Amino acid sequence: MPDAQTAEREITYAEAVREALSQAMEADERVFLLGEDIGVYGGAFGVTGDLYHRFGPERVIDTPISELGIAGTAVGAAITGMRPVLEFQFSDFIMLAMEQIVNQAAKIRFMFGGKATVPMVVRMPGGSGTGAAAQHSQSLEAWFAHVPGLKVVQPATPYDAKGLLLAAIDDPNPVLFFEHKLLYKTKGIVPAAPYRVPLGSAVVRRLGSAAPVVATSIMVTRTLAAADALAGEGIDVEVIDLRSLRPIDKPTLIESVQKTGRLLVVYEGVQTLGIGAEISAIIAESEAFDFLDAPIRRLGGRDTPLPYNPILEKAAVPQTDDITAILRALVAGG
Amino acid sequence: MPKNSASEPRQNQRPALALLSDEDLRLCLRKMYLIRKFEEAAEASYVRGLIHGTMHLSIGQEASGVGAVTPLRPTDYILSTHRGHGHCIAKGADPKLMFAEFFGKDTGYCRGRGGSMHIADVAGGNLGANGIVGGGLPIAVGVGLSSKMRRSGDVCVVFFGDGAANEGAFHEALNLASIWRLPIVFVCENNQYGMSMPVARAMAVPNVADRAAAYGMPGVIVDGNDLLAVFEAAHEATERARRGEGPTLLECKTYRLRGHSKSDRNLYRTKEEIEEWRRRDPIVRFREELTSLGCLTPDASNAIEAEAAREIDAAVEFARNSPQPDPAQLEQNVYA
Repeated sequence: MPDAQTAEREITYAEAVREALSQAMEADERVFLLGEDIGVYGGAFGVTGDLYHRFGPERVIDTPISELGIAGTAVGAAITGMRPVLEFQFSDFIMLAMEQIVNQAAKIRFMFGGKATVPMVVRMPGGSGTGAAAQHSQSLEAWFAHVPGLKVVQPATPYDAKGLLLAAIDDPNPVLFFEHKLLYKTKGIVPAAPYRVPLGSAVVRRLGSAAPVVATSIMVTRTLAAADALAGEGIDVEVIDLRSLRPIDKPTLIESVQKTGRLLVVYEGVQTLGIGAEISAIIAESEAFDFLDAPIRRLGGRDTPLPYNPILEKAAVPQTDDITAILRALVAGG
Repeated sequence: MPKNSASEPRQNQRPALALLSDEDLRLCLRKMYLIRKFEEAAEASYVRGLIHGTMHLSIGQEASGVGAVTPLRPTDYILSTHRGHGHCIAKGADPKLMFAEFFGKDTGYCRGRGGSMHIADVAGGNLGANGIVGGGLPIAVGVGLSSKMRRSGDVCVVFFGDGAANEGAFHEALNLASIWRLPIVFVCENNQYGMSMPVARAMAVPNVADRAAAYGMPGVIVDGNDLLAVFEAAHEATERARRGEGPTLLECKTYRLRGHSKSDRNLYRTKEEIEEWRRRDPIVRFREELTSLGCLTPDASNAIEAEAAREIDAAVEFARNSPQPDPAQLEQNVYA
């Protein structure tokens, strides 16, 4: 029988995040959590759960509704030797804290000539699909990936949720950790012992000979479902989970395109000026360009705020059938 | 802090004098002169085309910077503003490295990456000037929280202007600091204008310190051009913070004798008003006070002034002769 440390259990994505937080706090007394309703309430999505009771109110700090203030609190604590992990209830709320995240956290190390470090993590759920409408459903990760000084990650599986979060907490830089609301209850194999998934590394989720698809967050799940459907038609799609938007794993992308000669990028954020444009440009500027047999395709969120009505909400972001259809066309040659 | 043997009668005049030795007082004067000379040299360097970029001079505000920092221990922290040269010198920074930063040189505090608005001396407890009005206020909450969690006993003094008091960051920071009883002294340097906007048109209450009541913390108003008054209030606030009794909002009424920045043509205030404040010059006032107290002769204060001028001249020379940063290293330190 495996002992508790080597055991692999099926746990949820939310439990995996909580386990990472718990193990980081056990290992390092500088690590603490702060956020709105993360204490007795257990977090708006229940992610922090019982951590308040296990670690106490001094390390699981319930804050007033002051996003700018608590973001600055994390910055100040980080530059003076602590390792804050901040939670925003919805990633949309980070916009109330843009000043501290973008003007302060991202730039302090550079502005000070390398004489300060800002080891902080901001965790927050993004994405649509819960009927929360336009101000609680956005996918804003590309905004932040545009800012030098920030790191941006998006775990798609429970395994990566734990491993990427532990790596983010270890990292000496500000890391924005975009969870996905619809993934919180999904289950996966997660080792009980602490482990790290390096920031900046993509992973091939499904090996294939036809068009690789680069996907992020929940779009990885949908793309794998599309790939399974297409396998029955003899189309063998390769699926890459990007995991980190900044730093971005160029070699994995380039290698895959060289092998298959095609590329589709699937993401929930608004398609226009999004991560798909960056990945397309990376390929177009790389040695993989000569290997392309068809134009690169993007499938992202529509150019609209997220609507409330569930039919409209689904229509606003890529669904499995949309991915299947575009892949079929791409492999057919155009 | 060492007590002057002859302090008994002086104490009756100014309670601060019980806490400051003659040597301390001379050091305060020296720092005020260093700030004045630094700012004048900065201005001259700009006129001579030796620097690019902008700057915000604190001429006229030397007493609030030096007075608020003097009660601090070396391990205590400050957070500063875009008008931050004075705070940096008050905390003990080396003018050579400051000027080198101002000149954008690789030898500067921030290796030329920050410039005037981002001078920081992290090792010396200065966690940085800030280009964003009110930007340091929420950061101070984290510094105070960190001190409290680490039980270091360190206090954080965060400077901001009257303009920053109308930012949302002010409200969030003061509330958080107060509910968590953090060791922070919020020092508002009310220099009467947020760029061109007079305080009376920007706030519905007469004093920034009046707002302290909303956060359940003491609000103290002092003559910001009176070094001993600033010191005394800052000392009390610092001690209170160190005892774990929470933050204080200290408002120093002062005036910037120069414009907001180099683009300022003083269209929003009168020459008479500027002249009226010039007569309240904090350095002249402190120097005369020390002379009348008998702890400084006119010759001795002239010597302090001359020595400060020499130090600044040497700092400018150091900066001019320092190497430029290497563009090949541009992307260094974006990440740790």
